[in-house]
Amino acid sequence: MSNLVDFRTCPTTGLRVDKSAENLIKANAVAAVVFLSIGGLFGLLVALTRWPAVHFLPADWFYLALTAHGLDVLLVWIIFFEMAVLYFASAILLNSRLAGPRWAWTGFGLMLAGALITNVAVLRGQSSVMFTSYVPMQAEPAFYLGIILFAVGALIGCFVFFGTLVIAKQARTYEGSIPLVTFGALTAAIIAVFTIASGAIILIPTLLWSVGLVSHIDPLVYKTIWWAMGHSSQQINVSAHVAVWYAIAAMVFGAKPLSEKVSRMAFLMYILFLQLASAHHMLVEPGFSPEWKIFNTSYAMYLAVLGSMIHGMTVPGSIEAAQRARGLTKGMFEWLRKAPWGNPAFAGMFMSLVFFGFIGGISGVVMGTEQINLIMHNTLYVPGHFHGTVVAGTTLAFMAITYLLVPLIFRRELMMKKLASWQPYVFGIGVAGISLFMMGAGTLGVSRRHWDMTFADAQLPFDYPSAAYLMMGLNGIFAVLAAIGGLMFIVIVVGSVFFGRRLGQDEKPEYPEVPPQSAAVGHYGSSETLRIPGTVFLVGIFFVAFVLYYFVNWKYLSEVWPLS
Amino acid sequence: MAITPPSERIWWRQPIARVELIWICLAFTWGLIMFFMMIYWHGAGQQNLSSEAYQIKPERFAERAQAMIDNYQVREENGFPVVRPPAGSDVYLIARLWQWWPILELEKDQSYRLHLSSMDYQHGFSLQPVNINVQVHPGYDMVMTLKPDQAGEFGVVCNEFCGIGHHMMVGKIYVVE
Amino acid sequence: MTETSDSEEAVSPDPSGQDSIPLMQRVLDNPFLLLVLGIAVPAVFYIIWGIIEITQIPIAD
Ligand code: HEM
Ligand SMILES: [Cu+2]
Ligand SMILES: [Cu+2]
Repeated sequence: MSNLVDFRTCPTTGLRVDKSAENLIKANAVAAVVFLSIGGLFGLLVALTRWPAVHFLPADWFYLALTAHGLDVLLVWIIFFEMAVLYFASAILLNSRLAGPRWAWTGFGLMLAGALITNVAVLRGQSSVMFTSYVPMQAEPAFYLGIILFAVGALIGCFVFFGTLVIAKQARTYEGSIPLVTFGALTAAIIAVFTIASGAIILIPTLLWSVGLVSHIDPLVYKTIWWAMGHSSQQINVSAHVAVWYAIAAMVFGAKPLSEKVSRMAFLMYILFLQLASAHHMLVEPGFSPEWKIFNTSYAMYLAVLGSMIHGMTVPGSIEAAQRARGLTKGMFEWLRKAPWGNPAFAGMFMSLVFFGFIGGISGVVMGTEQINLIMHNTLYVPGHFHGTVVAGTTLAFMAITYLLVPLIFRRELMMKKLASWQPYVFGIGVAGISLFMMGAGTLGVSRRHWDMTFADAQLPFDYPSAAYLMMGLNGIFAVLAAIGGLMFIVIVVGSVFFGRRLGQDEKPEYPEVPPQSAAVGHYGSSETLRIPGTVFLVGIFFVAFVLYYFVNWKYLSEVWPLS
Repeated sequence: MAITPPSERIWWRQPIARVELIWICLAFTWGLIMFFMMIYWHGAGQQNLSSEAYQIKPERFAERAQAMIDNYQVREENGFPVVRPPAGSDVYLIARLWQWWPILELEKDQSYRLHLSSMDYQHGFSLQPVNINVQVHPGYDMVMTLKPDQAGEFGVVCNEFCGIGHHMMVGKIYVVE
Repeated sequence: MTETSDSEEAVSPDPSGQDSIPLMQRVLDNPFLLLVLGIAVPAVFYIIWGIIEITQIPIAD
């Protein structure tokens, strides 16, 4: 069998690279970036419209653009890229051939067709229902059909990943357990299977309803199962971008996990409990008991949050340990000061880690608290929170690893290196800005998905506080910054992939400087001697911020009208 | 490295560094605190959404609301009836494209059983500037006991997308001394 | 599949063989067990329990 497979040997890592896996990674990554640029453009238009002084789009276009933005970035960009991550973490890292490349191409084709069909449906204007498409609001059948095809394609991709794990194990292409990054990708793939199954359970009946074959879909049941897909897909992102953090730490620093056991148990917490957080969206719906809400919204006593907090320490901790082992031992932070801040892969990864923790993570846990959700549900706080997770966290991490994939997989030298070294900062700061200002506006009550915060055409007057207008203006400014950062990324990556200098067969790219295994720190000493004071300090700050912000919001809650 | 198989075959037996262990214990404890905080608030806090709800046909809900309006309307404003139901009574607020119907006038520091339901799509009840936000579904009557503790004029914004008139859907609640 | 990993153990430097691989490590090394768990837990606690609660919402009199 394997003699039919076309391999090349990677000059940097010495790994055997299955050409068909490589081509699939390329195709999925390119499709991802194309949809990121379309979806990002819609995001900019939305943000400019929500900037009161600009108020760019008319109402119908605003709702259309918002629907397209949510779909193209959240679903299409992220999931295409995740397919690339799955193939990379299985076939490439395990040194194996990819299982069923034909199937993988079929999946890719279905995803592409589905994404195009849904986009066309949205652009035709009769499907401005937001990507959540809550019933009984109805979109054109093609809208649901496209999403279903896309999901089926992604499911095939997951099975190709599982198949590759089996093949690699049988062919003994590696010794012992799968690498941690592959384990993280496995976590993502497992959550993806649940996500897609939930999507099928609810969207197939909805498609039938839209063509008149089913008469009624209960809105509460729809919403419950829809979020089993909608929120779980965010958990795919979390698992995938944590895996990407570990991968970048390994490729740039040769960092070794502090403890395989701890990191893998943290991923296990994700597998078991992360998806329960779908209940975050159901905290102010009619009829659910407090028991159901509390158990699910807390991921069974915050065990998945425990997982994230562990990764939040072990990722920077492993970098610190690797740097210290290399002699950067002065003071608490020499390891961090002398980190390669000009390498966009590292800079993007580190900002992704910090912003995901401080902005997306803390706000998510606070908003997902059963009672506190009352003062945030469906306000702009919600998009503020998830631009901290899925944009500053996932998207930035995926951008960061793309800088490593261009030379390793596309075999092209990165172009415009100077611009590239700025890109993560521009995009990261822009996104951190929109996250924080949308959260601020939400705290002042401003509604999400809303064309006119002045209510000029309403039958009854109402005014938001003037601070809210300021927030939305600042949001607009930072959205422009984020959009510039996004554009930089696209120009650099598309330019390099199509016009960058081809690397010679045995040529090692300038970066990633993948340190040889031996340089990697085999042992960080026994449990007694591990020293990571800088990381301890950082997670200490994180912890204090978390606790303070959590209780401040209980204080806010306690000030609203009593209700029971 | 994280991109290569673990260097020890049996990594499960590797000891865990002390800092890591401390952090795990701290994070776990914090998780428990946050978990029990929600339970604690059900007993000690005053802001807990009730889980009381009923399945109801939109027409049936509209009838009940109309009965309340017929009984307790005190005036009209911009074409909306203003209703002042007695303290402690059942109060109905209809969400429909694109209105919150009727305008309610409540007394400060009195409790009301507020019923919310939609006639068509989902809507979002967003009481401003108090900032209480709950989802309103068609076919379900959600009941909560609400006790305004400030007097004044409050807006009810719709914060769930409900079609092209979504941004025009504003209602009003008066709270009088 | 588990068999493969067991025989692999024979060539690995650890002389004590497969029995010495701790249970928890074997769980974490078994993707399909993890897949089943990762689907079962949210299906039971979130979806099934949640749908049961919805169906138990009483009908207004
Ligand atoms: C240039 C970058 C971006 C800008 C300026 C931007 C801005 C915005 C704004 C202003 C909103 C509207 C909030 C509202 O009115 O409710 C929004 C919604 C949203 N954004 Fe972004 N965004 C960007 C990138 C992204 C990315 C990369 C993702 C996902 C990976 C994303 C996911 C979403 C989602 C899911 C929504 C919610 C749509 C809905 O409510 O249906 N955004 N974004
Ligand atoms: Cu509405
Ligand atoms: Cu609305």
